Amino acid sequence: MADLTVSVVSADAEVWTGSAKQVVARTQVGQIGLLAGHQPVLGILAEGEVRITTTDGSIVTAKAEDGFLSMQNDVVTIVAGTAELV
Amino acid sequence: MGAQLREYRARIRSAQTTKKITRAMELIAASRIQRALARVKASAPYARAVTRAVSAVATYSNVEHVLTTEPEKIERAAIVVFASDRGLAGAFNANVLRAGEELATLLQSQGKDVVYYLIGRRAVGYFSFRKRAFEQVWAGDTDTPQFGTAQEIGQELVRRFVQPTSEGGVDEIHIVYNRFVSMLTQEPEVVRLLPLEVVEGVEAPEDRDAAFPLYEFEPDAEDVLDALLPVYIESRIYNALLQSAASKHAATQKAMKSASDNADSLIRDYTRLANNARQAEITQQISEIVGGADALSSAK
Repeated sequence: MADLTVSVVSADAEVWTGSAKQVVARTQVGQIGLLAGHQPVLGILAEGEVRITTTDGSIVTAKAEDGFLSMQNDVVTIVAGTAELV
Repeated sequence: MGAQLREYRARIRSAQTTKKITRAMELIAASRIQRALARVKASAPYARAVTRAVSAVATYSNVEHVLTTEPEKIERAAIVVFASDRGLAGAFNANVLRAGEELATLLQSQGKDVVYYLIGRRAVGYFSFRKRAFEQVWAGDTDTPQFGTAQEIGQELVRRFVQPTSEGGVDEIHIVYNRFVSMLTQEPEVVRLLPLEVVEGVEAPEDRDAAFPLYEFEPDAEDVLDALLPVYIESRIYNALLQSAASKHAATQKAMKSASDNADSLIRDYTRLANNARQAEITQQISEIVGGADALSSAK
């Protein structure tokens, strides 16, 4: 299966970027899990962490409060004023 | 030593010490430009992501939003002036303040009230010297602007924009800042921030079919736009802050370089004059001695 290209971006830097199998985030209406081939999404993130399962199976967790998430063409961008890896 | 010679020597010394200072400031500014430019570059992915998201919502939904609708009648406009905390930067502050004045004159000729928001101590100095009113000031970190400041400014501007005009709100907001064109040129730029024109300045999607497909919005298009637009404004302000900081360092470097060069030419000129004065002094002494010896020998 194809991989997702994920980048976590904060106002002053690109925090993390890489390819991943799965992204799990919490939006204002609930948790959302993204795999490759998902339809385009634009969601506002709620409090909580974003979990990224990279292609080699390790898990990257990012804190992105007051941010949003967009997915399109298997490219996931997690954007927040202050985003950081946990 | 003659009085004139002493005077020239003192001037040479003073030019030399000044040159040391300006040279040091030039080097400091040069190293800071690189850092400021790196920060401008590092903020680009964020700005791009936000702009893409906003244009995606704007293109695929017909949601009317208070921040994007043009008010029927514009009675009061706000100007945000991005100056710096310190001077010694050539025409940097003068340029941006003049651009602000020109804009204010234009707006006033259209019958609008103008209120000011200031960034940087030099702008505050300019306004309080002329005893003119301003709304709010952000100063102290114009050299290395933080995103928190941009958020604060953005929130205040949005609050003021949403407020009804009768209660002191503003109907449009302009920003005036120095755009970093190159190390040698920084241009004052005037941009209308609110009401927003999102469509302009968005890169066209490379492939019309693939890019910008129908999005699924969470929770819904309206809420997403609600949350995104203030973020978009903050990112625009942050970009202006960073550009202004980079421009300030470039302007300082240029101003300090020409100051150092000027000190060099002053030192050269005064050294010549001092040499002249020394020679004249020696010549005079010789002729005095010769004259004296002559008078002694003829008196015998």
